[in-house]
Amino acid sequence: MQKLGDFKLPHFFNYPPYFTLQPVRDTRDKQVQLWKELILDYCRTQKIFVVGLEEDFPLFSNPVVERSLSHEAREAFLLALVSEGRAEWLDKGHRKCLILWHRIQEWADIILSFVKDNGLEDSVMTVEEIRSGAESRGTELHGIDRTILMRALRLLEQKGKLAIFKGTSTDDEGVKFSL
Amino acid sequence: MAGKWLATVQQTSSGRPVFLENEIECSLVSAVDLECDELSDFPSLKSGLLILTTHRLLWLPPDSSTSSPSSAVSLPLSSVSHIHSSKKSLKSIFHSPRVRFQASLNPGPRSVAITIVMRGKGDCDAFLGKFWENWRARAWEKESESEITRSGRGGDSQSKSGSANVSGGFYTREGALRMVGVSGILRKEQEMWESTDKSLQEAFLDLNALMSKAKEMVMLAEKMRQKLLTGSNSQTGTTNDEEMGSKEEMQDWLLSVGIISPVTKESAGALYHQQLSRQLADFVRIPLERAGGMMNLIDVYCHFNRARGTELISPEDLLRACSLWEKFDVQVMLRKFDSGVMVIQNKSHSDEEVFARIKALVTNPDALRTGISPSDAAMTLGIAPGMAKEHLLTAESKGLLCRDISPDGFRFYINLFADINTDDVYLIKDHSMYASWVRVASASS
Repeated sequence: MQKLGDFKLPHFFNYPPYFTLQPVRDTRDKQVQLWKELILDYCRTQKIFVVGLEEDFPLFSNPVVERSLSHEAREAFLLALVSEGRAEWLDKGHRKCLILWHRIQEWADIILSFVKDNGLEDSVMTVEEIRSGAESRGTELHGIDRTILMRALRLLEQKGKLAIFKGTSTDDEGVKFSL
Repeated sequence: MAGKWLATVQQTSSGRPVFLENEIECSLVSAVDLECDELSDFPSLKSGLLILTTHRLLWLPPDSSTSSPSSAVSLPLSSVSHIHSSKKSLKSIFHSPRVRFQASLNPGPRSVAITIVMRGKGDCDAFLGKFWENWRARAWEKESESEITRSGRGGDSQSKSGSANVSGGFYTREGALRMVGVSGILRKEQEMWESTDKSLQEAFLDLNALMSKAKEMVMLAEKMRQKLLTGSNSQTGTTNDEEMGSKEEMQDWLLSVGIISPVTKESAGALYHQQLSRQLADFVRIPLERAGGMMNLIDVYCHFNRARGTELISPEDLLRACSLWEKFDVQVMLRKFDSGVMVIQNKSHSDEEVFARIKALVTNPDALRTGISPSDAAMTLGIAPGMAKEHLLTAESKGLLCRDISPDGFRFYINLFADINTDDVYLIKDHSMYASWVRVASASS
């Protein structure tokens, strides 16, 4: 079985038609489905949050069978993720895509349980501390994409679970939890 | 229906009449009645298709492909004793145009007057002119004169003199073959080429001459075939196998020049496409069988025009003739692929059979791993690469295949997507096509 780092690739990754956007509808639906699963799985295990269409994303080419996805195919597969709410375009030109292997709501729930686990119910943290602080080490929040974190925090703010405020000295924003 | 007065005419499955040897169609008129007031039991022949040939008048019932084929009748021109010129009278302005002639019908003791009534739009004067011309040309007499030698083709007035001259060179005055041994054949071949050469030179003198000489070319080819036929009959004792082989090859080659009576715009007028359509349906059957039931329209066009020799048809005419097949009960049909490529295929041709062969091809271990290109399929199926690609694309649209486009080219693989489980992408079902592919693919890497 072929591996990409420590990621185990499925057999069909060496099936050449997997890398050509199929024109027949039923076949294409299945192909798109398989690509969506693979992209989400890979990003989850490798903690990849942003996929650039023009960058060398390891899944998009297979040196073993000498095949790689066309730009059109890459966009089609990511678009399928976007339409399911599992990804979002970061720019209007569709060049960068945010991969949401946890939806924003799921991330919000993860933040809440992180806060409870660490007894931070009434404390203040900076956004950067949540991403890279000692408390978050070993959790899924460690190294989270800033855009995703902010979206999840704003969702919690709307629900009254915390308040976001602008720091005075740094660019960084602070978070006051109030559970 | 024909009764005792008129002979019945055989028709092909697509409704074209079967012609005599060397018989050529000269004019077609639709919606024609044949009447004879003098015979009380003369059959009722209403609004049919009248075909004037060099030898006969043929009357085909309307919509002849659906009615019983025996209802078409004929009247040999040799039985016509007089053709009345048309009378211009006040009466004729209100009547449908008609042509009257005297003919001695078979069991009858005396000649009777028969009237051709044209209820359609046919040009009566033009028809009368051609009727006269062919009756006077007496093509059938030439036929019987040269019956032993089987060389005379007679035909229209333009080529009469030419054929008489040429046939004189090959045979003795008594009509017996002057064919003795190999030298005899060689000499005759030589004479043949000389006269062909001469015809060729004359042919390019001017355009009119070209048209008449072109007809002669077809006749020459026909004559060569006849000569080869009679030659092989009388020479079987002396010729060796190699000679026989080349003769057969020659005959095959000449037979493909074999449409003796091409339907032309001139002779058929408005009925042109209908008649052409029927003729094409008859013609295409054999090449179609050879090509495995399906042929590209372009190939058909080449085959057909080559067989016609002269009076070539345009691509538009071919397309119109093919699209008319829907209206007739014929065994062939025009089919348009999604890509726009048009083919002619037998109605009995089945895609399933082709798919089964493609599947067998694409699932052999090598093809499982590397896929197949249209030219691989063409070689295995014995068809043209363009056609093979159409078949592969159709198979793809049915979900049998899927494509792989890479710098190596356009290839097709067996479709494995259906075998892959989306809930567990690592699962390989036993005995599935996916399992055999994984086995082949991992063995090679």
